[in-house]
Amino acid sequence: MSFLTPPTTSAFGERLTLHYDPGLKRNRFNQIANAIAAFFAALAVVPLFLVLIYVLIQGGRLISLQLLTQLPPAPGLTGGGIGNAILGTIIVTLIAAMIAIPVGVGGGVYLSEYARNGWFSRFVRFGNDVLAGVPSIICGVFVYSLIVATRIFFDQSYSAMAGGIALSVLMLPTVIKTTYEGLLLVPQEMRMGAYGVGASRFVTITRIALPAAFTPIATGVVLGIARAAGETAPLIFTALFSPFWPDGVFHPIATMSVLIFNFAIMPYEAQNELAWAASFVLVIMILGANLLARWISHATRS
Amino acid sequence: MAAQRYRSLKAVNPSLNAVAETRAEIRWNVHADRHQTRMRSAPSSDAFTLRRRPPQEKLIDIGFRQLTLLLAASVGIVLIGIFLTVFSGAKEAMATFGLKFLTTSAWDPVNEQYGALIAIYGTLVTAVLSLLIAVPIGLGTAIFITEDLLPRRLREVIGLLVELLAAIPSVVLGLWAIFVMEPAIRPFLSLLHRTLGWTPFFATAPQGPGTAPAILILVVMVLPIITAISRDALNQVPIELRQGAYGVGTTRWGAIFNVILPAAVSSIMGGVMLSLGRAMGETMAVTMIIGNSLNFSVSLLAPGNTIASMLANQFGEADGIQVSALMYAAVVLMILTFVVNVMAQWIVRRLSLRY
Repeated sequence: MSFLTPPTTSAFGERLTLHYDPGLKRNRFNQIANAIAAFFAALAVVPLFLVLIYVLIQGGRLISLQLLTQLPPAPGLTGGGIGNAILGTIIVTLIAAMIAIPVGVGGGVYLSEYARNGWFSRFVRFGNDVLAGVPSIICGVFVYSLIVATRIFFDQSYSAMAGGIALSVLMLPTVIKTTYEGLLLVPQEMRMGAYGVGASRFVTITRIALPAAFTPIATGVVLGIARAAGETAPLIFTALFSPFWPDGVFHPIATMSVLIFNFAIMPYEAQNELAWAASFVLVIMILGANLLARWISHATRS
Repeated sequence: MAAQRYRSLKAVNPSLNAVAETRAEIRWNVHADRHQTRMRSAPSSDAFTLRRRPPQEKLIDIGFRQLTLLLAASVGIVLIGIFLTVFSGAKEAMATFGLKFLTTSAWDPVNEQYGALIAIYGTLVTAVLSLLIAVPIGLGTAIFITEDLLPRRLREVIGLLVELLAAIPSVVLGLWAIFVMEPAIRPFLSLLHRTLGWTPFFATAPQGPGTAPAILILVVMVLPIITAISRDALNQVPIELRQGAYGVGTTRWGAIFNVILPAAVSSIMGGVMLSLGRAMGETMAVTMIIGNSLNFSVSLLAPGNTIASMLANQFGEADGIQVSALMYAAVVLMILTFVVNVMAQWIVRRLSLRY
């Protein structure tokens, strides 16, 4: 029998077989570590499901045409909707995108196409990383001091414009970074080819390099917009809030994120429900934008 | 390559003397340099591309260059602008309260006495404790979705879900924390209070908003960042290292602990520092659940405060020296996050293993 199943250890206690032995200490340790890693992964996914389920159920059941098109009720009253906040979020995010995209793409073009590795480009890249790490509430404080407190726009203090500018400061580092990294991926040969057929620098960048880097830039921009749309901290004392329909970009404006913040801490049931409904709309918009960004990068790659 | 060929030639024919060798070396180097500069400056120097262009095109080219330069500089301008604005706003409070501001906990708008100890303590405690919880979970998740324990498809789905969690706005998480999470975990917090109430950290009975729920919601917020960065770091470890480890007969977790994690540790640490900065600056979810207390308490179950939530709550309505005191607190927060972010970059650069 002994030559049919070889002995597992030699006379000196060394292992002779290559068969997997689950009883071994290291194999038991592996099993335990696998289980812990799986448990942690489950733990990381659970909050997403819980948040999504609650937002979809609590907010989704309230969604109606009336909710999407009406003004919020006065405190203590019921009914009404979040129409002005939806419109306001779109306006403020658009203002932010219209500032951050040209500035960020331009800065990214400079960093990748023109900058040598001198102090200036190193400073800009370092500054970009620092700016990305500045807490969003500080951006709000900055824009408040710069625009709201000085009443720089037609003697208006709080305004949609100020909110949009605060959000653009938040978006800027993302756009610069994605443009820079996207352009670095464009093969140098494409630029050489363009120069070779007589294109100028400007034409090479705008007609060859930027279109070739469109996918990563668009992905980054969409993600930046999605992040900006959900930001609240820079808006609470720049765009403030308004229970009315938007009245031009130089007046206070309602946004969904500030509406959620204001209505969540109110002691009225109707307001709390509107906060859930606004969360639903906001989360759907943002997750939609994220999936869109993912789709852009997948669709053009394959 | 020419130099190499030359060297091998010399090995065959030892009569070539050292002088000739040096000269050839120099000639090669100069040639290579000139070659390289031309290659490099072709796309980056305008003298080459702008020669014999109509003046109009030259103008567009140079103008575009200057425009992008200006736009790139705007990052620096905004950053310096933020620092100058906040510092100049804080000047008055700095002159009035000095460094005592950092160590006293009075926040009394009536008598105009301000100290930010509660907020600074709260900022540090919530950020550090949330990371202590989130780092093992995030790292474990990252290992789980980079190893082949599950089919690739399933792992990608988990990775996508964790990244989507990062996209949920913090104000929505705050709303969820107020109405769902806090009532759900209160029994556990009460249990903590009953069993560990003799330690100062759990000395008060939980009563709704407090530091502990704020820490938990911060865990939810930084978890995706840590997971995503750790996952990228682990994916970038060269496959040869792993093959080498398996080749000498280690097990999966032997390879992870002794080879893969040490190789990825610099990026992971960098990611952890970045998340620390994010956790310290996080405003909305924390503001909504921490209770914004003005009384100092060591207990994690009592309401607390952070610099960011203090700013969010009071900045809009403050006037006089209170604005300046809030700006002073903002300066402290900015310095904290700045130091943490710079340290993150430093760690990534200095701790990188050379393999």
